[in-house]
Amino acid sequence: MSALIEIKGLTKRFGRFTAVDDISFSVARGEVLGFLGPNGAGKSTTMRMLAGFITPTAGSAAICGHDVAEDGVAARRQLGYLPEGAPTYPDMAVRDFLAFTGRIRGFSGGELADRVDHAISLTTLQGVRLQPIETLSKGFKRRVGLAQALLHDPDVLVLDEPTDGLDPNQKHEVRLLIQQMAARKAIIISTHILEEVDAVCSRAMIITGGRVVADATPAELSLLHPSHKLDDVFRQLTMKKAA
Amino acid sequence: MRATFVISRREFASYFATPVAVVFIVIFLALQGALTFNLGNFFDRNQADLVPFFNFLPWVLLLLVPALTMRLWAEERRLGTIELLLTLPITQTQAVVGKFLAAWAFCLLALLLTFPFVITVNYLGHPDNAVIACGYLAGFLVAGCFLAIGGAISASTKNQVIAFVLAVAVCFVFTIASTPLVTDFLSQSAPLLATIARRIAVAERYAAMTRGVIGLRDLIYFASFIFFFLFVNTVVVDHRRAD
Repeated sequence: MSALIEIKGLTKRFGRFTAVDDISFSVARGEVLGFLGPNGAGKSTTMRMLAGFITPTAGSAAICGHDVAEDGVAARRQLGYLPEGAPTYPDMAVRDFLAFTGRIRGFSGGELADRVDHAISLTTLQGVRLQPIETLSKGFKRRVGLAQALLHDPDVLVLDEPTDGLDPNQKHEVRLLIQQMAARKAIIISTHILEEVDAVCSRAMIITGGRVVADATPAELSLLHPSHKLDDVFRQLTMKKAA
Repeated sequence: MRATFVISRREFASYFATPVAVVFIVIFLALQGALTFNLGNFFDRNQADLVPFFNFLPWVLLLLVPALTMRLWAEERRLGTIELLLTLPITQTQAVVGKFLAAWAFCLLALLLTFPFVITVNYLGHPDNAVIACGYLAGFLVAGCFLAIGGAISASTKNQVIAFVLAVAVCFVFTIASTPLVTDFLSQSAPLLATIARRIAVAERYAAMTRGVIGLRDLIYFASFIFFFLFVNTVVVDHRRAD
């Protein structure tokens, strides 16, 4: 079982609007898949279906062989998920919030404390560990969300815009972190920053109008446009569809 | 079971992270005190019992319990944390029951803090403390019913004001359904409905219990009432997760 994420014919319709239209792909251990696409292309909807938050209209998604609809709890146990906007409970302190998600995942006692400390150090939150999350800046909040996703060292990471709102140094740190973990996990990240794809992704997928229009390594992708720039490829592929 | 408890614990702590807990308990105790001693003629009755206290209790709960439940799910929806909560490896039932138990435990705390009333009647005379205990059990069960209603309604909206107003309205209907005002009206036009109204109403069964009569039927009624609305709550959460 090499593919940790397996998506088959995934479709989501909201009324008449088709947000995700028959998407299929799989991600193996060691791969970092970058989701690219304009706003409203269906990136977040696909990730939400994979995380079991939205029920697909058709198709299926599986994490580590567990179908997210039929065996959701087992699938989500292997998943670290950073939802769009990194929602967290504002009135909780960073450490308490992470301990809460850790307890839900079945850790307790010394192991729980170790995991919380480890997640805090991975995301460099040591300085604010006792602060209520609502008092933190946007970048810190995002990192709390990330820490929550990494706490249980899951096989599969699904991160919706993990570097949004971070300053350049923090972005760099998060990218380094993803690179370090890449070999041991299957990772999907969505991003609007095309340089990020070059930096961390082993594979890039461009989605527009709910469909996959390109799926290749970043290097191969950049060859699709004479300028050999991802920006131009992105514009060419997504503008054509929108028109 | 474990996950349910973890959710309850976080939820319970969240009441105390904000002024909600203090405001609720102070207003609850002040209202109960004012109503019992002034409107209820506690002293003039010259009887060592808590009848006035228990007469007013459901009405105070009717007003205050929805204030407790309005944020239960509506807040999660507004903050987006519902996406975080439901993508943790727990079932929806665990989330629903966990939140309900936290609110119920909080109501129990508020009820227990009315102990000075019990001390007062015991100081002034020789009340039947078993009857008083029955009354507390009845109040606790009615609080559970109102919480279950309020939770289900809170899950269906993002707006806390709507959640509050609707919950008060629905709880009110279940409280007054057995009063002559309603049953007399119904028995003229639809006798069957009058019987149903009397059977599903909370107030009559509550009143019997506060007199010290605990029937198995009443206990089954309260249990099924709570289970039914928790079930509705689960269905609503499942159905409207991402809305």
